[in-house]
Amino acid sequence: MLEVRGLSKRFGGLQAVKSVDLDVAEGGITALIGPNGAGKTTSFAMIAGFIRPDSGRVVFRGRDITGRRADQIAAAGMVRTFQITQPFAGLSVMENIRVGAFLRTADPAEATERARALGAELGLGAFLDRPAAALTVAGRKRLEVARALATRPGLLLLDEVMAGLNPSEVNEIVALIRQVRERGVTILLIEHIMQAVTALAGDVYVLAEGALIARGTPREIAEDRAVIEAYLGRGAAERMTRHG
Amino acid sequence: MSGEIIAAALVNGLLTGGVYALVALGLTLIYGVLHIVNFAHGSLLMLAMFAAYLMATWAGIDPYLGLPLVAALMFAVGWGLYRFVIGPVSRGEDRALLLATLGLAVVLDNLALVLFTGDTRQLETPLTFAMWQVGPLLLSVPKLISFAVALVLACVLWAFMALTDTGRAIRAVAREPEGARLMGIRPQRMFALAYGIGVACLGAAACLLLPSFYVAPSVGNVFMLVAFTIVVLGGMGSFPGAMLGGLLIGVTESLGGLFLGESLGPICISVVFIAVLLLRPTGLFGAAR
Amino acid sequence: MSRMAWMGIAVLALAPFALTSQYLVNIAMLTAFSAFLGQAWNLSGGFGGLTSFGHTAFFGLGAYVAALFATRWGISPWLALPAAAALGGLAGAVIGFASFRAGLRGSYFALVTLAFAEVFHVLATSLDFTGGGQGINLPLKLGLANFQFVDRRASYAVVLALLTLAMAVAFRLRGSRFGARLAAIRENEDAARALGVDIVRTKTAALALSGAVTALGGVVYCQTYLFVDPQIAFGVERSVEMLLVVMIGGAGTVWGPVLGAIALHLVADTSRAWIATPGFAPMLYGVVLLAIIGLLPGGIVSLRERLRRA
Repeated sequence: MLEVRGLSKRFGGLQAVKSVDLDVAEGGITALIGPNGAGKTTSFAMIAGFIRPDSGRVVFRGRDITGRRADQIAAAGMVRTFQITQPFAGLSVMENIRVGAFLRTADPAEATERARALGAELGLGAFLDRPAAALTVAGRKRLEVARALATRPGLLLLDEVMAGLNPSEVNEIVALIRQVRERGVTILLIEHIMQAVTALAGDVYVLAEGALIARGTPREIAEDRAVIEAYLGRGAAERMTRHG
Repeated sequence: MSGEIIAAALVNGLLTGGVYALVALGLTLIYGVLHIVNFAHGSLLMLAMFAAYLMATWAGIDPYLGLPLVAALMFAVGWGLYRFVIGPVSRGEDRALLLATLGLAVVLDNLALVLFTGDTRQLETPLTFAMWQVGPLLLSVPKLISFAVALVLACVLWAFMALTDTGRAIRAVAREPEGARLMGIRPQRMFALAYGIGVACLGAAACLLLPSFYVAPSVGNVFMLVAFTIVVLGGMGSFPGAMLGGLLIGVTESLGGLFLGESLGPICISVVFIAVLLLRPTGLFGAAR
Repeated sequence: MSRMAWMGIAVLALAPFALTSQYLVNIAMLTAFSAFLGQAWNLSGGFGGLTSFGHTAFFGLGAYVAALFATRWGISPWLALPAAAALGGLAGAVIGFASFRAGLRGSYFALVTLAFAEVFHVLATSLDFTGGGQGINLPLKLGLANFQFVDRRASYAVVLALLTLAMAVAFRLRGSRFGARLAAIRENEDAARALGVDIVRTKTAALALSGAVTALGGVVYCQTYLFVDPQIAFGVERSVEMLLVVMIGGAGTVWGPVLGAIALHLVADTSRAWIATPGFAPMLYGVVLLAIIGLLPGGIVSLRERLRRA
């Protein structure tokens, strides 16, 4: 469904992403993992049209969409969420979701109907008329997903939806992602904690220092020496500095 | 058109540009540190011009001698306005900051109208009509003086920002407010200080302008767009950019008036402004984003 | 809104027709006109967060269209309305497209609109065919066919019709997909883009719509006062007043501009009775603006919400 070839980006002296290849099969859940600073979010931003790649190609549903604008890519059926949630803070939860729904209909009543249904389905039913700014972190993550789903995407790009959540909230969001997949939406997700994706993803890519270092099933990845050394070592160091 | 007329216009434009640069220097400092476009800039210049004018007419202090006094007064005004009006009103939000400085401009312009009526006043000092002949060129002495002083003040300001602890603290806050806070610098204090210094530049500019320029409540509008254009042209927040931009705009205005006539000439400023914003928003001398 | 409230509004709006005092009718007309211009600004500045400092550019274009139709080309002033709307819309589209494509936002956008208005100001002052700095006097030709009325109540009716139109556009905008997208852009451009909203196109459309509506005001102004000059048409004061009315009443709300206009004219007329010095009333406008931004950022409209919560 999504085919990425040789994607690269340089910021000043830093090669943020080095020739990344990625394939996402229709109907599945694919994960892109790696420690912070590995270039995951930059890759994502390039795929979704927020940053123009220096080189490389992004092909979605057989069409080359490299360098298209984000809104055109969304209209083509690939929609992203943000790691740092970006709610329309002054609007109600309902109005937030409606913006997504309006991508597929111009009829306000239909958009409202769709937003209401999706909100209820994603556990935001009680908050529909509240301002989005009043939601908890977990609520905002749900809102990100609800808004994106309202656009009826074929492929959903989830940027660290589990970051900042407590364990029980993570379990809920894992269930939610499965539920989304059941609806027939293909998913590509970024996470930096490996354990979180093993339960979900069929196919895992590992990024470190801008380059892909491994690809496989979660079990293969967990046993990959390069991954364990490059990834877990850094992850541990990072967790220590975060607590310190 | 003879070469002499063009040369005269060129030199005249350069001289005017020096004062423009000083006005713009304050604006670019405020932008560089607070990241706000100070819409009250023209109005504060007007206020400073009235201060210098009243000092000259009531106390008989020549504007050149009164320059340090007016600059100090305007520093206090700027500092106080930030500390007690702009800061509290805006709570650091961009749109609120923009509107707060606009609201301030509305208040100041109309306050001047209430106090001084809309009349245009002209201060005549011994130097107002003094000219200095250099070869074929006649140079206005007050403009020459203002140009020289503006250059000196620009250097002083640069040195202050680059070399003193306070200057460094202000620059630190401008770049990394959070980091500066951790270093024990209080951002709001530095913001008020920077705003005060930016407005003090206007005090100096007002004293330099006064012998050759009229005073009226609406006089700020004359300089507003000019100052914004200079700052945008030179790159928002850049001192050398403001200096070069000031000279460039002074010349542009002078040549525009010469070739397009008095009424159409001012269009050059607006057109340059729009062109820079649309085509090269980082300014001619600014780094690419 | 309840039926009672609507009826109250209708009674208030229609009351001046029963008044014989031309003074009060005049105040009602000026207030309605401010509300109209505010609402026109609000369409892009409030609903879309596109803070323009140069909206008078559109107003002035409309006013000059009316003046030139009457004096140079002898075309019916009624036709000036669609012509002005078209020209205002075109100007909004061009200014908007150029600015938004260049990525100008916030104060940069405010500055560029200010500069565009200034360009028009200089052009109107220096071109012969706009009458230069002297402006244009329209010949007095009373009558419905010529869109000129001696009775202020007739002028008030025209302004009221204009305001009703702007209100209708605002209501329509608020409920529509276009309005939802505009609000999304105002709140968070990146998120809007991610959900498939074409930012440049939506913002440009908003400025074009607002420009078209604003230009209608210029025509009505010109037909009412039979005079226009560069300062009236393109002076920065009108741009500021449009913004002020909206910010004070409540940006991005349907009723904000109306409340803001009423508040401003109350301030203006009571203060004039108190201290008549020129500049005093506008100075109070500035004070009110500062107070509103500092204490009630949502404008007067948000007062109801505040009181309910308190």
